[in-house]
Amino acid sequence: MIQAIDLLSGVLLSIGALFILVGSIGLLRMPDVFTRMHAAGITDTIGAAAIILGLMLIAGWSIVLIKLLLVLIFLMLLNPTACHSLARATVHGVRSPWQGTSKRQ
Amino acid sequence: MLILIVIALLTAMGLALIRAIKGPAVYDRILASNTFSTKTVLMIAVLGFLTGEAEFYLDIALMYTLVGFIVTVAVLKVSEFGDLGQSQTDSVEDTQ
Repeated sequence: MIQAIDLLSGVLLSIGALFILVGSIGLLRMPDVFTRMHAAGITDTIGAAAIILGLMLIAGWSIVLIKLLLVLIFLMLLNPTACHSLARATVHGVRSPWQGTSKRQ
Repeated sequence: MLILIVIALLTAMGLALIRAIKGPAVYDRILASNTFSTKTVLMIAVLGFLTGEAEFYLDIALMYTLVGFIVTVAVLKVSEFGDLGQSQTDSVEDTQ
């Protein structure tokens, strides 16, 4: 049982780290602000959630679990809000979404 | 195991920092700093488990979550309106 929980926590932590790396590469490689926002959303949702859930499995039943739950709730609540206001501010500015195609075609 | 997660988070933070430095518009920089603060929260949480004092580190992570959100919204507001809303009553009177 203990080993199963450790294995599950390791799998969740690995998934979180993988998705965070993918999101960061997308943040660096995408051609436009909006597509970069889309790539950074991976980090904010599944990356953070998987890593916090993996840490929760390590923590067990204690006050640490409640604090991790609070961190997860705040991340889930505040990051989409910040991203939405960023997208609105970008649209309010002169930026319009990227309409081109890849240069490799 | 946890040290590998810390290394992955540090790599991702470096990539976000590159985007924040060379981002063409101010929105790219704000997006990169928001992502950077999320990764910092995760790294503080993982570091707490790595050092064995998770309770204290998670308090700092909780604070960092809220401060990161406030920083993002405040910088957005300054970059869009030019101030933090001190002249809000004047603008309301102007529109009426």
